[in-house]
Formats: sequence, structure tokens, C-alpha cells
Amino acid sequence: MLKKNMKFSAAFLFITLFSSSVYHPGTTIAAETIGPEQVKISDGEITKPLTEKAGDPGEGKNWFSSRKLGNCLACHANEKMSDLPFHGEIGPAMDGVAERYTATQLRAILVNAKAVFGDETVMPGFYRVDPGQRTAKKFQGKTILSGQQIEDIIAYLLTLKE
Amino acid sequence: MNFSAFNGRLATLYTTCAILISAGIVSLVSAPLFDHAKADDNLPADITTIKVKPSTADSPFKDLYSGWYFRAKETQNLQKDDFENPGFLWVEKGQELWSKVDGKAGKSCASCHQDAQKTMKGVGAQMPKWDEKAKRPLTLEQRINTCRQENMQADEWKWESDPMLSMTTFIRLQSRGMPVNIQSDGPMEAWVEKGKKLYYTRVGQLDLSCANCHENNYGKYIRADHLSQGHSNGFPTYRLKWQKLGSLHRRFKGCMTNIRATAYKRGSDEFVALEIYLAHRGKGLQVESPSVRN
Ligand code: HEC
Ligand code: HEC
Ligand code: HEC
Repeated sequence: MLKKNMKFSAAFLFITLFSSSVYHPGTTIAAETIGPEQVKISDGEITKPLTEKAGDPGEGKNWFSSRKLGNCLACHANEKMSDLPFHGEIGPAMDGVAERYTATQLRAILVNAKAVFGDETVMPGFYRVDPGQRTAKKFQGKTILSGQQIEDIIAYLLTLKE
Repeated sequence: MNFSAFNGRLATLYTTCAILISAGIVSLVSAPLFDHAKADDNLPADITTIKVKPSTADSPFKDLYSGWYFRAKETQNLQKDDFENPGFLWVEKGQELWSKVDGKAGKSCASCHQDAQKTMKGVGAQMPKWDEKAKRPLTLEQRINTCRQENMQADEWKWESDPMLSMTTFIRLQSRGMPVNIQSDGPMEAWVEKGKKLYYTRVGQLDLSCANCHENNYGKYIRADHLSQGHSNGFPTYRLKWQKLGSLHRRFKGCMTNIRATAYKRGSDEFVALEIYLAHRGKGLQVESPSVRN
């Protein structure tokens, strides 16, 4: 546990240093990315975005269908992606999801669906570290999606109106 | 799917997002369940045992469906015709190996077991089977290797090797059409329980259990795959994706890798226990080996 935290804060420091020198020359800025250990869900919501950079719906669309990343399409059908084959049926269709949830609620669902739908849900937590036993080596200590990818997907989901 | 648990989950959702309470959500959140009545319309008239009533008291299923049912027509037809079924190439090899002398004792399987059609009938349907000498259950692979080492003084065959797959398929074929019928009481009980525990344990970065897919969501599509109940009655199976025959433990490994978990090893006690539990929950389904899957 301690080791994991150390690894995490090293990555954290790296991101902070890197971005403050490149994107914000001369300014010392506070945490830019809220890490999976810090993020707090209350009443099914996460009010604060995970990153400072606003989500990009175009990128979010890619992550939604990418088999290697979100692979949301594996479980959720999405009429706006009818050009892509093979939409899953495990969860509800994403059509009109922007009318059912706010950004802060979607953030909570994506970060840790279990905190919103209950422990029984089959929807994975996309911003959690080693939630299950026996996580394969190459995924240990890692989240499925980065904070930025989560924000991108939220921005994309908010375009899904009926 | 357990309906009361599902409704409980909905209730949590409602209280957390009070604003969203509307009748509309119910239909949106509850994705379609497997429709048993509709499924019956699609059952072929000539294969009545693709669907059977569960014979174990603890079965989570109303009906057991062979994995064959969930495959595309073309794949189903490949399995129905022994001349088209590519798995029969391994059956032929297995038949040759049956009477091939190997090892220092100068024996073949046939030296002791004679005509496989008679002596091996029903054996594959009872595997894994308790072995009094080893004081543990043996899978068909493990039983064959015991005979090779102790009775033939020959080298073990590797789990996923061509000769092993050929022999297990040849032996399982001698039980084709017979119901899966493993012992699950007595000394086997602890193994059934061990397998059951593994079956319901969530693993991997995706944090899913076997049951999450094969029990809670069978009959639905997960991307391009039509989820079955995940039974073992068709193994070894010829998978179009593998372009060859594969063992049940290879399939286990694939399912675990997909959810980003470290799979157990083929032949490990964990996979043997899972195999036992799968046979237990699939009791009554017909042995179909060699099956064809995509
Ligand atoms: C393994 C299947 C699975 C995957 C992968 C998955 N989800 Fe889900 N999702 C579900 C299920 C099941 C539900 C329904 C909640 C419940 O009752 O458990 C759900 C619910 C949702 C909801 C609420 C929908 C509504 O109308 O109430 C949203 C939004 C959502 N998922 C978004 C996503 C996004 C975005 C991704 C990809 C990053 C994703 N999901 C990946 C299974 C999945
Ligand atoms: C993310 C979903 C998922 C999980 C979790 C999962 N599987 Fe599977 N499994 C599949 C898919 C998809 C297939 C191929 C289609 C089918 O037969 O369901 C499959 C096929 C199988 C089959 C072959 C069935 C047949 O008739 O050919 C078996 C056996 C099986 N799985 C066992 C398991 C076991 C044991 C576990 C737990 C260690 C497991 N699966 C976990 C998705 C899953
Ligand atoms: C020297 C004689 C001998 C040879 C050679 C031999 N076996 Fe056996 N085999 C046995 C005996 C003895 C048993 C135990 C019978 C029992 O427990 O009822 C057995 C049991 C088995 C069983 C389990 C039968 C059951 O009813 O559970 C299988 C399967 C089997 N052998 C396969 C093979 C195969 C395949 C080969 C060749 C690779 C082979 N055997 C070679 C003597 C032999």
C-alpha cells in the first residue's frame, strides 16, 4: 500500500513539474490532476473535474469505442455510432444520456460505478487502482482510463441528446 | 438475474439522484433479460437436448442451454456435420494414437483398454473423477498422463499439445450424446465448493466474476460476442478464432486475460476446481465434443 502510494506520488510530481514548466511557465500551480486515491464521491456526484484542461468530446468519442481503452461500446449501444458494428447490450443504451445525468453524476459513474449503482454492478470502475484480485501485472497500479480521458468521455456523453 | 437485488440497486440510484426519478428510467436501466419463451421458438427440432432442466438443487438457471445455442447458424451447422466439423481431424489422430505403442513398457492404450468404443463409453462424461490412489480428482488430461507414466512408462503429454488434445477429444467423443454426470458429493464436495467460490470471485482490472457474464448476462451481446451460460459440455472445442482445437483450461485462461486478470495455470488446482464446478452446474447437458465455436 505504502509502495503504491509512493509510486503514485512520484507520477503525480512528474505531471505537476512537467505541466508547470510547459504549459504555465513561471507559475507554481496546485494539483492539476486529482488522482484516483484523492477523488471523493458524495451523493453520486463528483463536483470537481479531474483535470484542469476541459474535456474534448472528439477525443471522448474515440475512447468510448476503443477496445483498448473505454470500450464502452462493448456493453452500451449508442445510436450516434451506428456506423460502427457490434454494440453491446449489457448496460442501457447511451441514447439521450445527457438528459438523464449531469456532468458531476457522469463523473461519479465513470470513476467508480459501484459507488453509484451498488457493489453488484458489472460496470467497471474506470478510475480505480487494483479494484479486483489478481490484476494482471501490466495493469497493476494503473487505472483503466486517465483523468483526462474520463473528462473527454464526459464531454462526449453530454452531446448525446435525443 | 436476481430481480430483487437489481431493484435494490435501482433504489440506491433513485435516492442518490432524486431528481432523476421517473418511470422512464426503469425501462432504460433494465436491459432486456434472456427471453426463455422466445428462445424455445429457435430450438432446432432435431436437437432437443440443447436445452435441459437443471438437475442440481443449487442451480442458478431455470433452463440449461448448451453454448451451441448461442452461436451463429453457420457455426452451429459446422458442428452438426461430422464431415464438416474440423474437430474430427483431431479425433482421427486420437484414434491412431490409441493403438500406437509408446514408452518403455512397450504398450499402447489399446493393450489394456482394448476397444475404446466400449471401454471409454461414458468415461468422458464423468470427468473430472475422484482418484482413490492420488487422493484427489483427476481431469481427463491428468488421468491420461497417469496411465502414460505409470502404466506405459512413457513421457507426459503437455496439456495443450496436439497428442493430448487428440486423445481427450477421441475419448470425449465416446460419450457424445450422454449427459454430463460427474460425482459432486463425498470427497468431491470440497472441490465443487472451491470451484464455486472461484466462479463468483471478481478478478482483474475490470473486476468481474465468471458469473457476472455467464450467469447475469447470458443471451446478451457483449460487443460482437453472444454470451452463453459458459458450460463445459462441448470441450475440447474447435474455435474458428484459434484455427484449432483447444482445451477447457485454455478457454478459462482467455476469459481471465480478457478481464485483465492473471490467469491460473492449465492443470492448476484452481482450474481443476473450476472445471469440476462447471461440470456440476452443467449436469444433464449432452457431451458435444468436439464442439465448434467462433
Ligand atoms: C462490462 C460492461 C460495461 C462497460 C464496459 C461499461 N458499462 Fe456503463 N453500465 C453497465 C451497466 C450494467 C450499467 C447499468 C447500471 C447497473 O444497474 O448496474 C451501466 C450504466 C452506465 C450509465 C448510466 C446509464 C443510464 O442510462 O442509467 C452510464 C452513463 C454508463 N454506464 C457509461 C459508461 C461508459 C462511458 C463506459 C465506458 C467508459 C461504460 N459505461 C462501460 C455496464 C458497462
Ligand atoms: C467479460 C465477460 C466474461 C467473463 C467475466 C468470463 N467470460 Fe467466459 N466467455 C465470455 C465470452 C464472450 C465467451 C464466448 C461466447 C460464450 O460462449 O459466452 C465466453 C466463453 C466461455 C466458455 C465457453 C462456452 C462454450 O460453450 O463454448 C466457458 C467454458 C467460459 N467462458 C468460462 C468462463 C469462466 C470459468 C469464467 C471465470 C473465470 C469466465 N468464463 C469469465 C465472456 C466472459
Ligand atoms: C498397463 C495398462 C494400461 C495402459 C497401457 C493404459 N491404461 Fe489407462 N487405465 C489402466 C488402469 C488399470 C486404469 C484404472 C481403471 C480403474 O480405475 O477402473 C486406467 C484408467 C484409465 C482411464 C479412466 C477410466 C475410468 O473409467 O475412469 C482413462 C481415461 C485411461 N485409463 C486412458 C488411457 C489412455 C488414453 C491410455 C494410453 C495413452 C492408457 N489409459 C493406457 C491401465 C492402463
